[in-house]
Order: sequence, then structure tokens, then C-alpha cells
Amino acid sequence: MTVIVSQLFTGVSIGAVLLLIALGLSLTFGQMGVINMAHGEFIMAGAYTVYVLQKVITGAGWSLLVALPLAFAVAGAMGVLLEFLLIRRLYARPLDTLLVTWGVSLILQQLARDIFGAPNVQTRAPDALTGNIKITDDLVLSNNRLFILALALLAVVALTLVLRFSSLGRRIRAVVQNRDLAAVSGIPTGRVDRLTFLIGSGLAGVAGVALTLLGPIGPTMGTNVIIDAFLVVVAGGIGHLKGSVIVAFALGTLQSLVEYSTTVSVAKVGVFVAIVAFLQWRPQGLFTLRTRSLA
Amino acid sequence: MSGTGLVVRDLRVVFDGFAAVDGVDLEVAPGDIRFLIGPNGAGKTTLVDAVTGLVKATGSARFGDEELLGRPVHRIARMGVGRTFQTATVFEELTVLQNLDIAAGAGRGALTLLRRRRSVPAAVSAALETIGLAALRDLPAGSLAHGQKQWLEIGMLLVQDVKLLLLDEPVAGMSHDERDATGELLRVVSADRTVVVIEHDMDFMRNFANTVTVLHAGKVLSQGTVAQVQADPAVQQVYLGVG
Amino acid sequence: MRSLSWRAGAGFAVGAVLLFGVAPFALSDFRLSLLAKYLCLAMVAVGIGLAWGRGGLLTLGQGVFFGLGGYAMAMHMKLADAGPGEMPDFMQLYGQLDALPWWWRPFANPAFALPATVLLPMLVAFLLGSLVFRRRVRGAYFAILSQALAAAMAILLIGQQGTTGGTNGLTDFQGFFGYDLDDPVNQRMVYFIVAGVLLLLLAIARQLMRSRYGELLVAVRDSEERVRFLGYNPANVKLVAYVTAAGMAGLAGALFVPAVGIINPALIGIVPSIEFVIGVAVGGRASLLGPVLGAVAVAWAKTTLSEEFPAAWTYLQGLLFVLVVAFLPGGLASVVRLLRRRRRPPPDPAPVSPAPVVAQEVTA
Repeated sequence: MTVIVSQLFTGVSIGAVLLLIALGLSLTFGQMGVINMAHGEFIMAGAYTVYVLQKVITGAGWSLLVALPLAFAVAGAMGVLLEFLLIRRLYARPLDTLLVTWGVSLILQQLARDIFGAPNVQTRAPDALTGNIKITDDLVLSNNRLFILALALLAVVALTLVLRFSSLGRRIRAVVQNRDLAAVSGIPTGRVDRLTFLIGSGLAGVAGVALTLLGPIGPTMGTNVIIDAFLVVVAGGIGHLKGSVIVAFALGTLQSLVEYSTTVSVAKVGVFVAIVAFLQWRPQGLFTLRTRSLA
Repeated sequence: MSGTGLVVRDLRVVFDGFAAVDGVDLEVAPGDIRFLIGPNGAGKTTLVDAVTGLVKATGSARFGDEELLGRPVHRIARMGVGRTFQTATVFEELTVLQNLDIAAGAGRGALTLLRRRRSVPAAVSAALETIGLAALRDLPAGSLAHGQKQWLEIGMLLVQDVKLLLLDEPVAGMSHDERDATGELLRVVSADRTVVVIEHDMDFMRNFANTVTVLHAGKVLSQGTVAQVQADPAVQQVYLGVG
Repeated sequence: MRSLSWRAGAGFAVGAVLLFGVAPFALSDFRLSLLAKYLCLAMVAVGIGLAWGRGGLLTLGQGVFFGLGGYAMAMHMKLADAGPGEMPDFMQLYGQLDALPWWWRPFANPAFALPATVLLPMLVAFLLGSLVFRRRVRGAYFAILSQALAAAMAILLIGQQGTTGGTNGLTDFQGFFGYDLDDPVNQRMVYFIVAGVLLLLLAIARQLMRSRYGELLVAVRDSEERVRFLGYNPANVKLVAYVTAAGMAGLAGALFVPAVGIINPALIGIVPSIEFVIGVAVGGRASLLGPVLGAVAVAWAKTTLSEEFPAAWTYLQGLLFVLVVAFLPGGLASVVRLLRRRRRPPPDPAPVSPAPVVAQEVTA
């Protein structure tokens, strides 16, 4: 019994990481339909923010606290720059956006290699997050995973509040639902796009900070997580935050349970098969925006 | 000629709790040109979407002896039901001839498809003449003027040999002469077909409609000849009276 | 071959002379075997040009099919090297297995292994394609799924080290159907086979592109829904292009193994799969020859640059993706077309619309 509970907790914490890395995508891909392959490198930028910050601020706790907003700003700024320079010109060609941003991701990875070196580096975790909470002898919850879970949930709540109640959120939703109508209603769609990108990419930076708590960081860390993140948004459905949340935790749990009974590599394949099967049932993802458009 | 034409019974389309089409009954006889009119949001396009399989609907829509609802789009098309869209959708990178040839070929076997086109099928060259694009047949469809694209779409329906044509605002954006030409074209093709036209242009309707159905808020408000419908006080109130 | 116009015939003749008459004499053995490797990559590009350029299917998982073909061939060659009833050397080395796994056994027979290099990838593409196309999973969704497939396959291969060679893959081949692969004469023979197969694949792709099917494929790419309303099932149209491209990638993988001497997960994962695409984009995705020339050029640039300046190559590759796809989506082929058009007088602009002639009715 405890084995199942502890696997479930592992699943939930894998899901929390998935959710954090997918949350930004659910904005840029889910809301705007932009496939940004460099999103993984924004995560990497967030992680390296912690690394650089710890050269200045020696206290691991403080550096983590400062890193969260700073990583949001760094990755967000990179996102805005990318949107302004390239993606803006490619809104009509989503597949080409994918390839262009892949090129950007290659360049960013190489930049990281040239600046920080190719080998992975380790950051220091605050003491408060290195321990465990012991529920029973068999069921031990690690603090860093609990922290990530809390961070993921906090990010979801904050994003939901912004989307639902702020004027920016209303504008974002207006642009998503009908770009032309939003434009003639006086909403500056270009600026809204850029702000959406700022938030989505900024969340990638936050996810990067969280990943430093789980292991070493390196130039290719983004590539390793980006596909999973995209699968979460694809299966969750375009334009719906709650779809991504549910799918992230479902996939995390599935992966952890399959992993427990077989191996990591089989679990990865299992997750892929599950998603293809799922799309047979809901080809537009868990939740869909119903529109009458021909596309 | 398919005996009974289009018969729609108690058709309903619901989007997230909102009934876009709310129990419509409709009969269009072969040889008729039926205009569907109504204010924006009345459910005209959704009705056509439902009949052609683009959206899910309940109730019944029969053409000839066959039930259309519940079948995939391409099966409905092969049963002789064709449509155009509000914004002309032709294959812009293919030539006029290629557009028509594709429309003519849904029944082709694999071997024919894997070979090159050696000659122009008779139906295609006839349609090129009918829609007046014979001289432009080797131009990419994307370079055509707006009205020409609409005619190309109608031409594609002709070579497809559909028995039921559903046209969504075929004269939107056309000049006066182009409208008349399109109307004449509709008269000719309706001789042995059933034609349903969604249109906002009242002059065009008066000139070319045989019968008219007025939709309002997903329901049939009025039905009859142009004169009957125009005289209907309910119609005047919600629709014609405004203009 | 009646359908080949004289210009295409001349093109093929020039290609054949270059590949068979010039290259083997102008290039050293080393360079020639490099060219064989590039030509294998170009075969994958031909398929991508068909599926992506003409069909709009951005398949980021061609490495999977390349790998299936490659591993099928490599397994056969390993078993042939080991001799009847013996296990391949790496299995004995790892010592995890007492007997050959059941799914290795049929590959000992060339009558199974050779067709499998093409049919296996086609079967996988057929299964995946009929699932996702039928449910109208398309565009970005399809691209991401195909990429996830490549990731899953690479991870699976790495995880099963005892039976697949893991990260090392399958390598150290001695013979290719009885011919010693260390012998330069036999390496040259492999090159000729590769060049011949590439020409064959080009002929197939050309026929598909110029047939009615090719027109239909473009129509599906540009407006899938419209094609549906004409009575076609677009899923089947796409499936043909996808399965054909998979078969081409499989064949490429199968020939890559004797030509280069290795197949491993690093050749089929996410990164190599998307690298197949860049050559196609550079050359011109919708043209016939563009993908081939682009793939060869990019592969050549990679070999030349990445040895001496690995960092510079990564930057250049990134820039290629950005600049070509964003600013020259038609690739180099579109530049060629533009130049050719400039030399000729421009065609007449669309004449003013004549009204439809409603005199005669269509009898279809």
C-alpha cells in the first residue's frame, strides 16, 4: 500500500515538474498557437540564472528567492526579444515557426556552452529543501519536491487569476478568441502578443529555477524536457489551462507507475503510446475551444 | 434527378449549450433555387455545416433516399452534396484546370491517380466554358479575381456532378454585372439539381430566388415565395423592416 | 518511362554521369565513401520533400524510419558476420543473454531482412499515420507527435543495451553479403548501389509529384477541408506520402549501414531527425532536386566545419534554420526559379474577367 502511495507521490512530483515546464507553453502554444522550440532554452536560462546568482549571493536560500523573479525577468526578456525579432513575422506559418525557433534553440545552447562550458554544473540548494518529511518508515517525501509542487500550484493559481481577472488577461483571451475583432475593438494585439510571450517565457525561467533543485544543469537540459512539455499541452487541449494541469499530473503518475513496474525507457514509450491512444479519443486534446472556423 | 430533393426534419445543432440551429424543418424540391436568409447568427451557415457533415447535429437531413447526418464529410460529398464557403476556397497554388480536375476525380482509382493527366476530361472542359474561365485554365487559381474564384468553386461543384448545391454567400463582394452572371449560372445549373443559397443581398434574392426560407435565432420564421415572405409581418419586423 | 519528358531525361542522364562517371574518378576512396554517406541522407530528404514540401506533413521523426531500416540491415549483417547459429559479438561481450532473442532470428535470413528494411518502416508509418490522420491530428500536433516518436525510439534503444547495443549501436561489420567491407573495391560497389538507389527514389518521387496524386497532395496541403468536401478522404492522401517517405528513409538507413559502418541511437533521435529537415529547407522543400542538393550541401558543410570548429558549425546550423526558413521559405530552388523567370518575359497578367458563358449546360 505504501509503495503505491509513494509511487503516487513520485508521480505527482513528476507531474508538478511537467506542469511547471508546460505552463509557459500552455500560454505561448496553447493560447497563441506558437510552437517555440527555444522554450527549453528559456528554462535553461532560468537555471543558469541561479548558477550566476550564487556567485554573487552566497546564501542558497536568498539566492533562490531572488532567482525566482530574476529568472522570470531574464527568460521573459528573451521571449519578448524572440517574439519581436522573429515570431511576429511568422504567425501565419506555425510549422515554420517550429523550425526557426529550433535554430534559435541551437544557437542559445551553443552560447551556453561557450559561456558556462559544456559540462553540467551543480547549484547549491537551501538547507531547508535538502531534507525529507517522514510520514511512515516507507513513505518519505522530499522537501525539494514538495517545494516544486507548491511552486507549480502557486504558478497555476497566479496565472489563472491574471488570465481571468486582470485587464491584460481579458485582452489576451480576446485576442485568442478573435484577433481581428480584438484589433478593431482597439486592443493593441501586437503588444498583447508580446506580453503573453513575456509571461509564458518568464514561467519557463521559473521552471528552470525549480529544475536546479533536482539535479545538475547543462546546455542541453532544455532539449530533454521540451518534448514532454509539448505533449502535455497537445493532450491538454489548446487554449485551456486546466487541460494542461490535469494531463501533467496524469502523465506524471502514469510514468511513475509504469517506471515502477518496468524501466524508465519503457515508461517513456508507454507515455507516448498513451498519448497517441488518447488523441484517438480526443483529437483536439482534453478540452477544446469550439469554433466554426474552417481550419 | 434524386426524387424528393432535400428534406430536413427537426434539425438541431448545439454549441456548448447554445442552440445555433433549433429544430428546423425544411424541404427543397429538385429544380428549386431556395434562398436561406436571416440576420447574422440566425443559423444559416450552421445549417449548411450540419447538412454537409462539418458539425454534429441531431434530427434528420435526407437527400433523395439517404440520411446525411452522422456520415463523414467525404462520404456525404460522394453522395452528390456539394458546397461553397463564404470566403472562396480554391487551391491557390494549383491551376484552374488542376482545381477542376481534382473536383472531377473523387471516384478515381489508385492507378489513375498515380499517372499524369494526359487529356482534359470532357466534364472539365465543359465546366471551363460554363464558368467562363477557359482562357485562364493554366493560371494558378490564387491569381484569379474574387468573382472568378467564386465561379471556379461553382465549376468545381459542376464537375463533381453534385445533385445538391449549397452555396454560402456566392455573390458577396461581386460587382453588379458579376452578380447577374452568377444568377444566370444558378438558373442553368438548377435545371436538374437542387440549389440552396445563403445570401444577404436582397436584390439578388428578388431576382433569382424561386422560394425563400427565413431563419431567425435558429428557427424557421417564414417560408414561401419571395412575395409571400416579403409580405409576412413577422419577417418585416425582425429582418426586412430594419433595412 | 514514357512519362519522362526529354528535359527530365536529360537531367537524370547528367545526374547519372556525375554520380557514376565523374565522382568515382575525381574523388579519393575516402571522399567517395563520404559522398555515399551524404547520398544516403539525401534519400531521406527526397521523402521529406514529398511529405513536407508537397503534403505539408512536417515529419520530425524520420530518424525512426531511418533507424528501423538501418537496424534491420545491421542485425542481418551482424548475424551474417557471426555465422549460422552464433550470437553477434556484442551480445557475447555483454554476456547478458544465453540465446539470440526471438525477434533477432528472422533477420538472419536475407530474404526477410532485405524487404524488412523498407517494409518495416512503412508498416510503422502506416499504423501511426492511419491513427493520427484519421483523427485529423495535423500541423503542429503531428510534428510534435512525430518528434516524440523519435525521442521514444532512441530512449528505447539505449535502454535495451543487451539486445540493441545501447548507446554504441551496432558497428564493426566485416562483410556485406559475403563481400569484405574493408576492401576499397567493395566500398566502391556500395557507393554505386547507393547512387543507383538515389536515382531510383528520385524517379519515384518525380512520378508521384507530377501525377494526379501529386496535385491532390498539394490540394490537401493547402486546404484539407475543401478536399474533403470534394469527396476525398484526405487521411488516405497523406498516408500515401507519409508511408512513401518512411520507406525511403528506411532504405536510406539500410544503405547507410554498409556505407558508413554504424547505426546507433545518436543517428535517429530528435536532433538528427530535425537535421534531416534543414537540408530540405535549404534546398527548397517543394522542389524535386532541392532537398537532395540541400541535404548533400548541409552534410558536407557539417563534416568540413564541425571537425575544426564545432562551435561555429552549431551557430551556422542554427542560423541556417532561422534565416532560410524565416526569410527564404522556398529555399535555394525559389532563387533559381526567380532567376529563370527574370530571363524570360513575364507572363500576361490575369485578363479582365469575362462573364461566365451560360449558353451550354455541363453534361458530366
